[in-house]
Amino acid sequence: MAEKGKTREFKWQRKHLLGLRDLTAEEITYLLDTAQGFEEISARAVKKAPPLRGKLVVNLFFEDSTRTRNSFALAANRLSADVVEFTKKDSSVSKGETLLDTARNLEAMGIDIVVIRHNAGGAPTLLSKYINACVVNAGDGFCEHPTQGLLDVFTIRKRKGSLKGLKIAIVGDISHSRVARSDMWAMTKLGAEVTFVGPPTLMPPKVEQLPVKVSYSLDDVIEKVDVINMLRIQFERLGGNPFPSVREYSHYFGLTVERMKRAKPDILVMHPGPINRGLEIESEVADGKNSVILQQVTNGVTVRMATLFLVNQAAAEKPAEIQNG
Amino acid sequence: MVNKIKKLMGDELLIKNGHVIDPANKINKKCDVLIANEKFVEVGHIKKQVANVIDATGKLVVPGLIDIHVHFREPGNEEEETIASGSAAAVAGGFTSVVCMPNTTPPIEDETDVEYVHRKARKARKTHVYTMGAITKSREGVELAEMGFMAQAGAVGFTDDGNGVQDVSVMLRALKYAQMFNVVIAQHCQDDKLAGKGVMNAGYYSTILGLPGLDPLAEEAMLWRDIQLVKKIKTGTVRYHAQHISTAGSVELIRAAKKQDLPVTCEATPHHLLLTEKYCAEYDTNYKVNPPLRTQKDIEALKEAIADGLIDALVTDHAPHLQSEKELEFLAAPFGLIGLECALPLYIKALIEPGILDWPGLIRLMAEKPAKIIGVDKGTMTKGRQADVTIIDPNAEYKIDVNTFRSKSKNCPYHGWTVKGKVEKTIVGGEIRFSV
Amino acid sequence: MKVLLNAKQIDSALNKLTNRIVADIPEGVEIAVIGIRSRGEIVAQRLAGRLSKKIGSEIPCGTLDITLYRDDLNSPKSGSQPQVRTTEIRFDIDDKLIILVDDVLHTGRSTRAAMDALIDLGRPKAIRLAVLVDRAGREFPIQADYAGYKAVAKPGQLVQVLLKESDDKEQVIVK
Repeated sequence: MAEKGKTREFKWQRKHLLGLRDLTAEEITYLLDTAQGFEEISARAVKKAPPLRGKLVVNLFFEDSTRTRNSFALAANRLSADVVEFTKKDSSVSKGETLLDTARNLEAMGIDIVVIRHNAGGAPTLLSKYINACVVNAGDGFCEHPTQGLLDVFTIRKRKGSLKGLKIAIVGDISHSRVARSDMWAMTKLGAEVTFVGPPTLMPPKVEQLPVKVSYSLDDVIEKVDVINMLRIQFERLGGNPFPSVREYSHYFGLTVERMKRAKPDILVMHPGPINRGLEIESEVADGKNSVILQQVTNGVTVRMATLFLVNQAAAEKPAEIQNG
Repeated sequence: MVNKIKKLMGDELLIKNGHVIDPANKINKKCDVLIANEKFVEVGHIKKQVANVIDATGKLVVPGLIDIHVHFREPGNEEEETIASGSAAAVAGGFTSVVCMPNTTPPIEDETDVEYVHRKARKARKTHVYTMGAITKSREGVELAEMGFMAQAGAVGFTDDGNGVQDVSVMLRALKYAQMFNVVIAQHCQDDKLAGKGVMNAGYYSTILGLPGLDPLAEEAMLWRDIQLVKKIKTGTVRYHAQHISTAGSVELIRAAKKQDLPVTCEATPHHLLLTEKYCAEYDTNYKVNPPLRTQKDIEALKEAIADGLIDALVTDHAPHLQSEKELEFLAAPFGLIGLECALPLYIKALIEPGILDWPGLIRLMAEKPAKIIGVDKGTMTKGRQADVTIIDPNAEYKIDVNTFRSKSKNCPYHGWTVKGKVEKTIVGGEIRFSV
Repeated sequence: MKVLLNAKQIDSALNKLTNRIVADIPEGVEIAVIGIRSRGEIVAQRLAGRLSKKIGSEIPCGTLDITLYRDDLNSPKSGSQPQVRTTEIRFDIDDKLIILVDDVLHTGRSTRAAMDALIDLGRPKAIRLAVLVDRAGREFPIQADYAGYKAVAKPGQLVQVLLKESDDKEQVIVK
């Protein structure tokens, strides 16, 4: 946390937030510290501050996501930016306008920040190479969802003080989860020990080369962890038949009241939402005293405000330039 | 830039003082090459005075290079490449013969399609253009295409390249049937069920980049299956060719097959010898290719295979795509990269510079052996053969610049690489079709 | 570098401020002290302490981070980047007389930003500006209601307040 009265010599230099893999622990910490300054805005009478006044933020969403889209819109609004919603389903593989054409058209309208959600891993990186506006990744394929990773570590840090030495389990469909990846990068960089938990059929290739432990048994890890993040089973992403039935999945990987009895009393229960009640998590656990699921939502707006503010600051530092092409 | 096309017709052409490498005839020395009436007349120390002389001092004079795996996109995608533009790129890269893959739109699947390719190639007057026909109708892997008629029209082999033939019974039938015409069946080994929607090698990088992976097993499983089929037939003239093998596992399967003297050949590409999956890390779609770029371990295995003589042909898999198609999400962009105009220096970099092959070894894999796979009388300077010659300056050092390419497409990941070895002249049928 | 005030002089300037503020408080009005980060915060805490003692009741004190209200956020700049920190005002500012505190009043831009920030937090009865040092160089039509010391400084000179809480020493200097 930022010490009172002391200015740390640090400069945020990223005009794009594409993922957490490339960020240093210092950058992540700086972003979290900055986010703390934004918490108070959401709590006061006039829920607005002016730093992005006159800036145009585009929510460029190629996948359904009411939650993240609203969270970004709210964050932008609270910083006095104008927000344009641009929702286009499944455009990447369909014919018609390409992603770059869409973005160039938007840029011609004078946008400052593009918040992009896309079903293709790397789509935000592609955009960042060809347009001048700041690019914020709101989830790309199963690559990264950096603001989710940030809000998760923000939430943990707020409750536990620090991530150093914490044991964290991330449970579910790891192979198709951008949340698991962003969480992994953020949590391990901040000193936590992360275990991916799920059936072998839902582990990504070469998972052993990632900075995590892997377990196929939730029962083996439930007693040891300080934080457990239950991923949503996304039926639309599951190819084939990675587990025989929902019933069997829940039996082995669901966070049930029974399993919670064996967990540490102060375990934090997280979920990126929306919840499949009774599938990956039982209602009583999702709504129970250990659950921080709603705080995650609140913190999401806070962290996204900090993100929009910082990328805009970095853009103000550097005169507009196209890095490539 | 300007290609001086000079028809010699009966005239004689003497290439003097070059270092001639003709592995088939065990020639590897400084001498002269005499060409007359489009054919090789003599290789040796020639005193004869002729009107047309090329001074090849300090240069290598080799049998015209042959690339048995290119995509010229015609008919159907002429915006990406045409037989004319592809042929111009080929001679600029030193290739006097190429073999087009049949995955055009529509595919090459009957004799008129084959004749169409030949006609366009004659009009282009650059390199010899051969084509393979599709194994199955519409390349769908269900019913055999008219291999007989296509072979009669000059198809030099059959493949559904871009797709592997998934159905084992169809593949068995294709291999058996092709024996009637003594042509090779070439396979793009990929089990589609295992491959899924993969766009790059399944591994550490696909995991951190969040892209669906192509499991090496998808290639190996089909290669293993096909080898069992060949083993089962084994009689007659069955010939099987594994296209662009890319994994250490495939190398082992080929090694085992060759140990059993099975009629199995295979090919490699420059990108599978020089680039790894790591190059995909910036989502640059010029590195999106199928089979995908693998790992350093696979590169080592392929190089070892080349050193051991397990690889029969070095090809390019020249696959042109429009800039606009490649400026897409990695997930959505098409597979493929172009290579005709930089293949030779890349093979020099990958194989000669580290001492895996010597020059005769390289020429064998870029001319003599590929010709054998497609069953044409080329790839050597034997007297009486059609005079296809490539003259190479082995010491010229330069930067690869896609903007100088004759290909209509620019999807080449080697732009800006510093390489050594430049094609000086390409002679096709006794005629200089390319000259620096 | 020249020392304008030493520790003792700072102490008496603070006393002067305290006395004048107390003398000015209208009957029946609640007051609160809010300091602008970062050194205004320390001055505000000291003032609040002295005011509490003098009045005999606890005067609430808060800290305002004005980064988000700065007028130079979107102009290209080099050098340091403004860092957002927390605003910590744990009381209702509505209908209170707010003593807004900063260490140095120079261009008036910080004060403008602080007033905008305060108004987003509620509707105070009045805002009065108290500064430890008032120097020339105003760019906005803003004046201090209470100044502990009026410094003479030329444009380009930097007047700096150093306090033991943040700087381990206690002096006001001009550079």
